[in-house]
Amino acid sequence: MPPARIPGRRFVTIILFIEQVLNGIQFGVMLFLMAAGLTLVFGVMGLINLAHGSLYMVGAFAAAAVATATGSFLLAIAAALAAAAAAGAIVEIVVIRRLYARDHLDQVLATFALILIFSEGVRWIFGSFPLYLDIPAYLSGPVSLPGGIEYPRYRLALIGVGLSIAAGLFWLISRTRLGVRIRAGESDREMIAALGVDISRLYTVVFALGAALAGLAGALVGAIQSVQVGMGEPVLILAFVVIVIGGIGSIKGALIGSILVGLTDTLGGVLLPEVFRLFMDNSAASSTGAALASMLIYILMAVVLVWRPQGLFGGTA
Amino acid sequence: MTDPVLATYGLTKRFGAVTACDGVNLDLRAGEIHAVIGPNGAGKTTLIQQICGTLSPDAGRIEFLGHDVTATGAQARARAGLARTFQISALAMDDTVLQNATLGALGARGGAFGMLRKALDDNNLRSVAMAALDRVGLADLATMRTAELSHGQRRQLEVAVALALAPRAFVMDEPMAGMGAEGSHRMTAFLDGLRAEAPILLVEHDMDAVFALADRLSVLVYGKIIATGTRDEIRADRAVRKAYLGEDA
Amino acid sequence: MSREGLINAALLAGLVAIPLWAWAGDEPFTITLATRVAILALAGVGLNIALGLGGLVSLGHAAFFGIGGYAMGILASHAQAYDPIMESPILIEGTKLMPVIWIIAIVAAALAAVVIGALSLRTSGVYFIMITLAFGQMFYFFSISWPAYGGEDGLSIYLRNDFPGLNTLDPIQFFAICMVLLLLALWFNARLAQSPFGLALGAARQAPRRVETVGLSPFRLRLVAFVISGAITGLAGALFADLNRFVSPAMFSWQTSGEIIVLIILGGVGRLCGPVAGAALFITLEHFLGELSEFWHIYLGLLLLAVVLFARGGIIGLLAGRAATHD
Repeated sequence: MPPARIPGRRFVTIILFIEQVLNGIQFGVMLFLMAAGLTLVFGVMGLINLAHGSLYMVGAFAAAAVATATGSFLLAIAAALAAAAAAGAIVEIVVIRRLYARDHLDQVLATFALILIFSEGVRWIFGSFPLYLDIPAYLSGPVSLPGGIEYPRYRLALIGVGLSIAAGLFWLISRTRLGVRIRAGESDREMIAALGVDISRLYTVVFALGAALAGLAGALVGAIQSVQVGMGEPVLILAFVVIVIGGIGSIKGALIGSILVGLTDTLGGVLLPEVFRLFMDNSAASSTGAALASMLIYILMAVVLVWRPQGLFGGTA
Repeated sequence: MTDPVLATYGLTKRFGAVTACDGVNLDLRAGEIHAVIGPNGAGKTTLIQQICGTLSPDAGRIEFLGHDVTATGAQARARAGLARTFQISALAMDDTVLQNATLGALGARGGAFGMLRKALDDNNLRSVAMAALDRVGLADLATMRTAELSHGQRRQLEVAVALALAPRAFVMDEPMAGMGAEGSHRMTAFLDGLRAEAPILLVEHDMDAVFALADRLSVLVYGKIIATGTRDEIRADRAVRKAYLGEDA
Repeated sequence: MSREGLINAALLAGLVAIPLWAWAGDEPFTITLATRVAILALAGVGLNIALGLGGLVSLGHAAFFGIGGYAMGILASHAQAYDPIMESPILIEGTKLMPVIWIIAIVAAALAAVVIGALSLRTSGVYFIMITLAFGQMFYFFSISWPAYGGEDGLSIYLRNDFPGLNTLDPIQFFAICMVLLLLALWFNARLAQSPFGLALGAARQAPRRVETVGLSPFRLRLVAFVISGAITGLAGALFADLNRFVSPAMFSWQTSGEIIVLIILGGVGRLCGPVAGAALFITLEHFLGELSEFWHIYLGLLLLAVVLFARGGIIGLLAGRAATHD
């Protein structure tokens, strides 16, 4: 590497870059929690669920409410998991299971209706003002990483939690009885029903599991953003992008797609304006860079579509 | 002898360890019905899919009307005059019988670009479609919804759509499947007359029909053609008797 | 005339009669509501060509609606500021003339539909739904982060654009413009459905293998349908922006895509006047339920859920019975 003229500045830039990579991974693993549930539900039940973002929101609100009442972050997270899983199970039993045999249009509409009901219901209960969920003291503040990088402890914890859950999911799918049933359900419904597995209970469990993951993501992210109605849908759509990139039904695809999307979005937002600064004046570069950065993940999706329409890890569509 | 209308040379397709189509050489000559028979799982559907362009072979070559079409897509082969009928009817069930036949006529015309004129007001399209329906005996049912047709009538409509294309060769996948004895008889009589118009590559399970119709037969077993010949030659062929009847050679 | 034909005639007559009656009674707000119905119905007619005829569940039609809106906003804002859009290499000025704006909105939406369609139609089913939704969202975020035309705040137009010979600020006259465009689109849709193209497109929805084996390309048929569909929805977007004299990223939002689909479903999928019936119901609900409760979307959600689970044919399905074949 040639010696830089201003070594200090270059050093700072590299630190900034590493921070952004970590931010991208953190964003990616949270997306994974959403995408994993969606892709499981699609893989096993063949259902496209637009209301998955609502479960994310339910998790965040449950966490904010319990944190306000008890002051305990761990209780808040537990509440998010429980509330989202319960909401998921109820919705599955009342509405979703009527949709498995329907076409995708019906699934889209019914789950769109669920979004309306969830969003307005939550607005009714909590009002329109955003709630805030505080990061607990033991997770706040920066942590020093090797190389003199200071990084928020909480975000690092999110990366840890996300990756552990990913590992747990891989274990669940490949090593447990539930996992065997899930994989069997993906390939042959009649067969596992014939083997005496209660398929409707399996579906409820899978749906509730996906819901719990979404609720957890909502609560964890809720502590660094605000908790408000409508917070789930943008994340839902990003999770769709992840699934399109990773391939439907593939947990591995969801993980790699999530990290790719997380990194692309985060690094694009930082780097693109810098790139434009090379040949534009400062303000034009920031606005052009920011506008293009906002499109970057969709361009990534388009590229994958041209290259592999069935996604990186999808079977032949 | 004139060149065959349709021919395959060394056509090979593997799915993993299974060779579903193993060096198949097959030709269809003008004016004939060439039947492909074989036990279930012999690879007949795989063969048809490759010939019609919905599946690409791993090796080998397909020629149609003297052109190498191995790399051409299904639509281009259809436009060149290769008409296929399906084993399981592929018809627009909500549309009328006439509308389905008109689709064939549109294909013969080479495109569906008109947007403001009614398809059924177009006399050319309509007459082609009606003529095709008339020939298979469905003219009276032209305005009926396709979903209301009986199984056998749907098979007839499949053939009518292919006829409306005015093709140079037919590839028919079990046109008699699920038909009653009478329907099967009528279809046999109809196909008998059709060969003069365009040769037919016929895949069929109904052996009465096959032996009544076919000028030549090929027997496909485990992806390989074990014999090709006239009816009498096939009846006498030892390999065929072995494959079908388990007789020792 | 078939039963569905009678219902359609009654529906359209009602949509014309109500604003005329309101005009006589000097109730401009009712006229505005009817104008909204006409414009949303037009957007729905656009989507219905892809959805009803082509079977393409696009959840990204907000992209085209928004592009139409911004086409109007950009042209009109430059015109009202006497500031050309571009000076070199050629001079392009803004305009306040509706017909010009419409053409540009249609062309811009169609171009976007070519690109989005060519990419999305490489897939089908759930993938198609997710991808169209994602592309819609791309436009949404782009409009927010592009500061030149108002960014997040959107763009206001002081005066409604002009139509030669008409006073567009008069609600009834603007309604007439929108209604005529809606009728033209419905006429076009009806012709299209029975045309050779419509026949082939419908067959591609029901039996794509068959369409391939007669030598036609389902992909091309669908792409053309998607482009026509996007163009009509783009025109509706330009009118919608003109009605409000305001465009904002909200036009690009996924909710907009959802609402356009919902009004088709409420009316009846694949029915010629389904979008009209659906838009009328949607606006009526919004108006009356909105007065009853701040949280009227809950009732809309419950109604939609009931229609999807129990009344597949929508309003027109309930009134007219099973869909007739297009003959």
